Amino acid sequence: MTALVVLPILLPLLGAGLSILIGRRALGQRTLSVAVLATIVTLAAVLLVRVDRDGPVVVQAGGWPAPFGISLVADRFAAIMVLVSSAMLLAVMLYAIGQGGVERERVGFHPVYLVLGAGVCLAFLTGDLFTLYVAFEVMLVASYVLITMGGRADQIRAGMTYVVISLIASALFVVALAFVYSATGTINMADLAGKMAELSPGVRTGLSLLLLAVFGVKAALFPLFFWLPDSYPTAPGPVTAIFAGLLTKVGVYAIIRSQLLLFPPDTFPGGLLLVVAGLTMAIGVFGALAQDDVKRILSFHIVSQIGYMVMGLGLYTLAGLAGAVFYIVHHIVVKTALFLMAGLIERRGGSSRLREVGGFVRSAPVLALLFALPALSLAGLPPFSGFVAKFALVQAAIGESQWPILVVSLAVSLLTMLSMTKIWAGVFWYDADDTLVREPDPNERLGGPPLMVFATAAVVLVSVAVMVAAAPLYALAERTAADLLNPAGYVEAVLGTGAGGGAP
Amino acid sequence: MRRSLIADASVTFLFHGIIVVSLYLLFVGHNQPGGGFVGGLVAGSALALKFVVGGAASVRSAVRVPPWVILGAGLVVASVTALVPVLLGHAVLDHAAFEWKLPLLGKVKATTALPFDIGVYLVVVGLSLTALEAFGDDAESQEAEA
Repeated sequence: MTALVVLPILLPLLGAGLSILIGRRALGQRTLSVAVLATIVTLAAVLLVRVDRDGPVVVQAGGWPAPFGISLVADRFAAIMVLVSSAMLLAVMLYAIGQGGVERERVGFHPVYLVLGAGVCLAFLTGDLFTLYVAFEVMLVASYVLITMGGRADQIRAGMTYVVISLIASALFVVALAFVYSATGTINMADLAGKMAELSPGVRTGLSLLLLAVFGVKAALFPLFFWLPDSYPTAPGPVTAIFAGLLTKVGVYAIIRSQLLLFPPDTFPGGLLLVVAGLTMAIGVFGALAQDDVKRILSFHIVSQIGYMVMGLGLYTLAGLAGAVFYIVHHIVVKTALFLMAGLIERRGGSSRLREVGGFVRSAPVLALLFALPALSLAGLPPFSGFVAKFALVQAAIGESQWPILVVSLAVSLLTMLSMTKIWAGVFWYDADDTLVREPDPNERLGGPPLMVFATAAVVLVSVAVMVAAAPLYALAERTAADLLNPAGYVEAVLGTGAGGGAP
Repeated sequence: MRRSLIADASVTFLFHGIIVVSLYLLFVGHNQPGGGFVGGLVAGSALALKFVVGGAASVRSAVRVPPWVILGAGLVVASVTALVPVLLGHAVLDHAAFEWKLPLLGKVKATTALPFDIGVYLVVVGLSLTALEAFGDDAESQEAEA
């Protein structure tokens, strides 16, 4: 049982070490990465089923009891996130293998990618704030390498922005940790849940806003989003896809976790969150309308979509949070699929600018289908998973009579549809405005190397599965939201007697 | 590159001393200030001194093993040490303590946290070496251009 919590973090690290030792033997590295990631997906699925049935699983590292040691906690929210993330990590790895390119040329790709995976899993499973910081750092160190992999001048320039912003956010995170520790004397999240309530409301609000700012940078919330559309599109295709799918969502996870678990409801900054959510949605979607490059359009939509998740949190109701949790799951899958698609478009057409590619619907009908499904889902058309997610959020907003955010979210949905239509028209439906950068290879009947198309199709299938299984998934999201709104279960699992995971 | 005699001599003089200190820090780490990370950093700084006076070539002659092998081995050692207790049914990173009476040294206490620290030490040294290797190649190519 405890191994299920530990292995998703340690296996990728072990795999990374072995992968470095294997070195230039490409087949060995590939087999190892796929085996490690596939194992984690399986473990995460078992973990989710167990956690949903029996409640949170807690591991006290080294057998030191909380709040003194490091606690690893898998509750429903963490288990869902680990499962979805590891599935995406596996799919993108297959896609990268199919593409060759960066994966073949750079011997460091596999180890660094696995380290990124370990960081993401640790961020979801950790039960204390300092380990969360460590997880962010592990993730960031790996992402610095991945984002500049390829070594082109524009990648280094974009990478610089990303590194500087991340370093500032990390420094702010450490400062916030110091404040939290000096105010309460603990950084264990479950322990903080009790100790925070004893602080004066002013101090509490300060700490809560500081943490919100730190995680807001990671999650690309308004007004801290500017680094994202600038740095993501230049990275190699598979790297952009995994960043887009996972990294900002780790920030959102941290926001939801910290705001709901650490701070008592009376100082919850709900109004502020709703304003920020509305602005994030609107600015993101307006930014997307102004772009003419598939990757840049999609990058701005990441920002816009983050707004919906924060909206669910800001509503602070069971329905709102369930909507947010469902939205995160839907968004990770759909966004990964769209960015994998963008990579295929760029590979086939030699460019991802709308003016320079075209006519894909005739030359590559499979790609057209694989784009249309997640694009319609992103825009929130029924019956796709995006519709379910947005419908849940809209209903929650109506329930709370939050009309302004309701209007904004519906308007942004329409604009999202507009910009998906723009990509559809530019890449698939009409011929290119300018001369084609590269004449597509007519022998590629699928529209790309089979493994790349297969990996993309697998992610699209997962998103269809999210749609088909929307009812049980939404029920799970509701149970998760109930846990989040009532953290007593989490606290008791970590601090309560007999909670130690096989401690001597 | 013009080499300074004083810097050259003092680094030759200091290098082994610093490595010994780093090993000391590695081994006392469990109960006193120190540990794999700090020890590794100290060893890394010794290698950086070598790099400053002699360039990448002198670092390579000091450590014959390729940097990434050290890095990878360290990562494997550390993660395996963390995993073993899980397989034995204990908590992750759990450790056992042993005491021996050795000739000359007297009572020696060791814990199974030591292999983990050694792994961390190797990772840090490996990373420093990789960084120096990356810098070194640049400097040489610039020199060749000039």
